[in-house]
Amino acid sequence: MDIQYILLLKHEILLTLAALIILFAELFLPQNKKRGIINISLIVFAIAAFAGFVPTETGTLFGGSFQASRLTDVMKDILNLAVLIIFLQSTEYLKKSENADKMGEYFALIIFTLIGMDFMISAGDFITFFIGLETASIPVAGLAAYDRYKRKSAEAGIKLILLASISSGVLLFGLSMIYGATGSIYFNDIAKNITASPLIILGFIFFVSGMGFKLSLVPFHLWTADVYEGSPMNITAYLSVVSKGAAAFIFTIVLFTVFKNITDLWELVMYALAVITITVGNLFALRQDNIKRFLAFSSIAQVGFVLLGIMGTGALGMTSVVYFMLVYVFTNLAAFGVAEAIYNETGVETISGYKGLYKTNPKLSLVMMLALFSLAGIPPLAGFFGKFFLFTSAASHGYFILVVIAALNATISLYYYLLIVKAMFIDKNENPIAFFKSSGLMRVSLFVTAIGIFVVGFASGIFEYIMSISSLIF
Amino acid sequence: MSFLNLFVAVPVLTVLGIMFTKDLKGTRIVSAIGMGIQLILAVYLMVFYMSQAGVNNLHEIIFQSDSVWFPSLNIHYYVGVDGIASAMILLTAVVIFAGVFASWKVDFLPREFFISLIVLATGVFGFFISLDLFTMLLYYEIAVIPMYLLIGIWGSGPKEKSAMKLTLMLMAGSALLIAGLLGLYFNSSAEGGPLTFNLIEISKITIPITAQRLFFPLTFIGFGVLGALFPFHTWSPDGHASAPTAVSMLHAGVLMKLGAYGCFRVAIFLMPEAAHEMSWFFIILTATSVIYGAFGAIQQKDLKYINAYSSVSHVGLILFGLLMMNSTAIDGAIMQMISHGLMTALFFALIGMVYGRTHTRNVNEMGGLLKIIPFLGVMYILAGFASLGLPGFSGFVAEMTIFVGAFFHNDMFHRVATIVVVSSIVVTAVYVLRVVGIMLLGPVRHKEHLKLKDATWFEKVSTVTLLVSMLGIGLYPLWLSDTILGSLQPIMEKITMYLH
Repeated sequence: MDIQYILLLKHEILLTLAALIILFAELFLPQNKKRGIINISLIVFAIAAFAGFVPTETGTLFGGSFQASRLTDVMKDILNLAVLIIFLQSTEYLKKSENADKMGEYFALIIFTLIGMDFMISAGDFITFFIGLETASIPVAGLAAYDRYKRKSAEAGIKLILLASISSGVLLFGLSMIYGATGSIYFNDIAKNITASPLIILGFIFFVSGMGFKLSLVPFHLWTADVYEGSPMNITAYLSVVSKGAAAFIFTIVLFTVFKNITDLWELVMYALAVITITVGNLFALRQDNIKRFLAFSSIAQVGFVLLGIMGTGALGMTSVVYFMLVYVFTNLAAFGVAEAIYNETGVETISGYKGLYKTNPKLSLVMMLALFSLAGIPPLAGFFGKFFLFTSAASHGYFILVVIAALNATISLYYYLLIVKAMFIDKNENPIAFFKSSGLMRVSLFVTAIGIFVVGFASGIFEYIMSISSLIF
Repeated sequence: MSFLNLFVAVPVLTVLGIMFTKDLKGTRIVSAIGMGIQLILAVYLMVFYMSQAGVNNLHEIIFQSDSVWFPSLNIHYYVGVDGIASAMILLTAVVIFAGVFASWKVDFLPREFFISLIVLATGVFGFFISLDLFTMLLYYEIAVIPMYLLIGIWGSGPKEKSAMKLTLMLMAGSALLIAGLLGLYFNSSAEGGPLTFNLIEISKITIPITAQRLFFPLTFIGFGVLGALFPFHTWSPDGHASAPTAVSMLHAGVLMKLGAYGCFRVAIFLMPEAAHEMSWFFIILTATSVIYGAFGAIQQKDLKYINAYSSVSHVGLILFGLLMMNSTAIDGAIMQMISHGLMTALFFALIGMVYGRTHTRNVNEMGGLLKIIPFLGVMYILAGFASLGLPGFSGFVAEMTIFVGAFFHNDMFHRVATIVVVSSIVVTAVYVLRVVGIMLLGPVRHKEHLKLKDATWFEKVSTVTLLVSMLGIGLYPLWLSDTILGSLQPIMEKITMYLH
């Protein structure tokens, strides 16, 4: 076995090492220096993430079960980057007294899910895919229930594990039907044998339903708002960005490789799902006051837009999805970062509580405003480019009416994003949130995300690079 | 690197400069200097274009510069201007310069105000210099979002509602526009060659008529929302009335023309066959805008609402002229863009100055102001004369040309539409002269008004700039008209090609 082959697994190996180091370090730290685990974990993970950025060879392992390409590398790098930013934002939360005995586990659990996601993304067959999916889903339930003494957090954990289990069951059932119809679990083999037979169609429906839960597509989204509201804010950020991002990546990969030959079948399904997901997400976001529920519904609508990119198929479709998720990482984490900073300092997590924020905390308000405008797709921020390329992808297959529907929905979404801008900048408040300085690491994370929101749009090199590596495969 | 990039670079540098100023005075000075430089550049551009035009190159696109931005989608950062675009840039520069001085007294969060205002102007300038559809869309949307902050924070009356309505309707328009532009992109190559967003390249081919029938309405309505096309004009009265002075000036004066310019440069230019087929429908809509705006203005008692409805009416006339699709009418329409832009900016500036003094915008509560604030009063009367089309001012030249061009169509439908529109424009005289009569002449309504001070130096700078520009066109329109006609030549060839 060459060293080269081991390097194909570089992300997974680095992350496993990082998780093990963190777990053991916590054991061996002296009692009065337990807080040090936070910094140790940050450094260890940062090293693992940055080491993962170094490009290496591509290839397959384990007889085709594991496929590593530049594209999967980029996807994993995006997830690593997102988790790094979330870790930076989590430090204040972990320093709280109620979390004193479970600091190391936080990092380890998230890294374990990342490992699962990495296997899921690189899967070459459905069993590896399923193992990765389960590895990624189960620890999250523990993370959602992290606030042990809050009823809502426990509720979030239970809802998440129950629904994750059911949807995994549904997904597996669908996969078994596809196996039954085509006789193989390997993506490449299935792709050759796939037809529009009733058994495969049924299997496809179950597959989409299972994945629809992970992606919070409508009508599989009912768990989202409650789980997002109950979880600690950082886990909400994680669910909304990393969990969704990984699901979107693998969903796109499977649709484009396995179900390539029955595109006419699933394009209509995606069309319908996109329209209802965006519309329902928007309509419910309009009424939310709790910032976590608000961002939950907003992220439901955003994933609906990703479905538009999927409809483009080919390199353009894949590129627009990956690029949008990168933009989404920066944008959403900026919004969550500001919400987290405010929550840690004051416990306020409602939009009405944000009124008059500009007068006391102008920089935080500005970062939030940038994030909201990017979510709405306003130029010159990255969100505009992300959405535009998704629309271009859908239009490339002639779905212009869908583009109109989606763009009009983006306008509706602008309304509820502007409501927060209005609260911060225009509304008057007798006792607005007092001026405070967020922690250094939080400020670093906000700075990084703010820069990302500006740069990722204009720097065409990022989009072009993703396009070039997607073209190699599709 | 093109000279034109300065038109985006200077405002951006001004914004950065404002971020570093420490007090109100510094903010004002940086803004004034920045927009003053912009005005000088715009004048230089116009003069340079006209001098070059004199060498028989009337229709060339100058200062072109093309750099690839997203190679895989063939998106370029492609800039270039012809005579029409140069004229629009000059209009924008004059209005934003006057707007900065009209906003001299803004003292609540002045830095944020001027930054938002100049970001808005950046979007507008960028739109006029771009020749690549993606870049045009980018700048177009940049020009929409600062409106929300400007109206919502510094406006008056039901400002939050007006700001939200305006922003959402304009973004909905751009939603349609995105689909339209993507439609143009995917139909931009004749036989499966490379797709492009390049405006000039797309104009060289004929887009299939079935595609045109879908994308012309999308694009025209998308831009038309900004041009207050009936029935998508409802953002306009509340928006203009609630906005602070400089914002109303910029919006009614320039942004609405941006919509009309987009209708012309993108929708009609690239899809003339569909434009011709569907022009009857849009002529009905634009004629309705003219009538509706004119009669709506008569009903109003609030000065700003009168001017807002008047703008709906006059910009409707611009779109009407564009839809006539002959050289004369389009020449008139573009002149009307510039003429009305200056005129409505002057009106809003004056209204803001009067309101700042009397603290009322209700016409019936003011009277006899001509003797008390003579400078502003005389300015108002001159602006009013320009509005109702008095010869000697630019309004007359523009409107006359549109009507002559419209009359070239000798079929019943066009004749009826033209007669209806002409009659409605005449109604302008009613509401203009009535305001002059009640507000400026007649008895003084409130004793406090006797103590009002006349125009300050910065107000004089603002209004005189605009008035001089209006007279410059009205008294000697040939320089502008010839420039426009020259630039129109290649465009008209394309628009009337289908006739051959």
